Amino acid sequence: MKAKFIVLILFLIVITGFKYSEKITIKGSDTMVFLSQKWAEKFMQKNPDVLIQVSGGGSGIGITALINGTTDICNSSRPIKTNEVRKLMEKYGTTGVEINCAIDGIIIYVNEKNGVSNLSLSQLKDIYRGKITNWKEVGGKNARIVLYSRENNSGTYVYFKDIILNGEDYSPFCQNLPGTASVVNAVSKDEHAIGYGGFGYTKNVKMLKINNVEPTIDNIQSGLYPISRYLYMYLRNQPTGLIKKYIDWILSPEGQQIVRESGFFPIK
Amino acid sequence: MKNIRKILPKKISIFEFFVENSIKAIALLSLAFILGIFYFVFQESYWAFKPEKNKLKYQNIQKPLKHTDEIYSNGEIYFDDELRPEKYPPDTNRSNLLLNRSDSVKINIINPIDEGKKISLHRYSSGNEKAISFWDLIKANDIIEGEPAYIWQPISVEPKYNILSLIFGSFKVSLIGIIIAFPISVLAALFTIAFAPKWLREIIKPVVEILAGLPTVVIGFFCLTVLSGYFEELFNTQLRLNAFLGGIGLSIVIVPIVYTLVEDALYIVPKHLSEASLALGANRWQTAYKVLLPAALPGVFAALLMGFGRAFGETMIALMITGNAAVITANIFDSVRTMAATIGSEMAEVEYRSIHYGVLFIIGSVLFIITFSINAIAEFIFRKKLLNKYRGY
Repeated sequence: MKAKFIVLILFLIVITGFKYSEKITIKGSDTMVFLSQKWAEKFMQKNPDVLIQVSGGGSGIGITALINGTTDICNSSRPIKTNEVRKLMEKYGTTGVEINCAIDGIIIYVNEKNGVSNLSLSQLKDIYRGKITNWKEVGGKNARIVLYSRENNSGTYVYFKDIILNGEDYSPFCQNLPGTASVVNAVSKDEHAIGYGGFGYTKNVKMLKINNVEPTIDNIQSGLYPISRYLYMYLRNQPTGLIKKYIDWILSPEGQQIVRESGFFPIK
Repeated sequence: MKNIRKILPKKISIFEFFVENSIKAIALLSLAFILGIFYFVFQESYWAFKPEKNKLKYQNIQKPLKHTDEIYSNGEIYFDDELRPEKYPPDTNRSNLLLNRSDSVKINIINPIDEGKKISLHRYSSGNEKAISFWDLIKANDIIEGEPAYIWQPISVEPKYNILSLIFGSFKVSLIGIIIAFPISVLAALFTIAFAPKWLREIIKPVVEILAGLPTVVIGFFCLTVLSGYFEELFNTQLRLNAFLGGIGLSIVIVPIVYTLVEDALYIVPKHLSEASLALGANRWQTAYKVLLPAALPGVFAALLMGFGRAFGETMIALMITGNAAVITANIFDSVRTMAATIGSEMAEVEYRSIHYGVLFIIGSVLFIITFSINAIAEFIFRKKLLNKYRGY
């Protein structure tokens, strides 16, 4: 009985080994996990002999994995930092390879019942700095503004701070939540709330116009909408073989179509 | 006689010797392990006071643009002396300032861009951090509306590491938790010991103890999705996620712990005390309240402290439902940020051996010292008192 079992396991190992002749591992940004999985699924459908493993964890963790050699491709929602490039340099003698694979619009959400539909960048800054604390100061009801933000380990947190707050501090009353999904969930339930996050998550909340520009696909792609960023993939070396095929496919119209379906924007 | 010899051989076999000593070794190892953790946590705190050189720092960079600097169409700028990765496919979005200027100013974050114009950017780049002192951890480090404020803002051009607001947050939410949980669990324990029929006791005790095994993330999720909306309506609060909701979540965790400990304490009160009380004509409530409870009092205190210690270190629930805003206010419906939640959320991305890293370990040490002393008081003073009283040690 035991022997049969062992034989069966060996058999399975051999079979799976034969089935996937090639394997790619991808790790990194939580923002991009969904998109990355969709890419992998479609690509594996077209190439049944390829196995692509996608996992999240955060941009920083993905880049660390790239440096340690435990992943082939790293997803990142922020550009690689100089000292991370330096580490790659020390270990592999390359500066790494950066691929801009999609554009993400940062959307400002409010509750559906909120009467405010437009904020200027400076109003947004004052709100998150804690200088404007009541909705009536920006044309809404007389109620305290409830601020939601991401935790400070998130790439989006730092991006928002750079671009909107101009590097200054968030208000101490800002509530920090883990993950965009929890911010959206909180805003959808809280009448006086405001939050920020990606375009991919906009269930039951209202998207604000910024400087009178609506966050539509066209506006974000053309750069008219003022808050958007690139999403990146990083490699250790210039791609060859299967990885090159995969990345070329991602950058092709077919791959970029999936970007659109996942709530992000194609780079071209 | 012969039979006893068979069961208990006088000579210790090699096997028994081996087992006995390995048990001893494992016990000592676990002690050493605890000491090792202590040592590690304290040692790593050291980096807050003397950080390694050339650490990533969130800083403001101001310098004039050169034509070799690179600008991306979304407004990102890289100076030519920064180490940047290669591009694939080569040079699609990257534009050199002079070659493709019109394309680069699509997004007006830094606008207009001209060569030689001084620009100011915020960037993580390497630099030497200024070491902090103990005083920096507790002094007021900002002024908001004329009042001194205690701010936790580790990612900032001027990082602010005030841990008072975090210690306050931990105490606030755990106090609320224990205030809710303690009466419930003491009454429940009294009920099971003094009032419940035997068959009911045999159901209640295991069920409550199963509750102790519930993953805290599940409790957090339940509070986040179900209880939060309910309490918001009930108390008409401004903030949906607040210290009170956190306290409710924590009480779900600590009720089974306090219950079990109080129940144990009541259980070791000798039967003859309650029997004598009943025989003298006291009713059940009088017996429970005037005989059982005073007799078990040290154990009840121990349970209180241990429940508090458990709440103090709880991470996941605090992270999910307290709102994580580090403010010191008296209102129980304001958000708080606890020490454990801070470590939990920030440790993953912090740079190794930077000041922020060291400060997180200092928070860890403080947390360790507080929970350790609470548990030590509970164990060595109150529980020992109780056991001494009735076991005759």
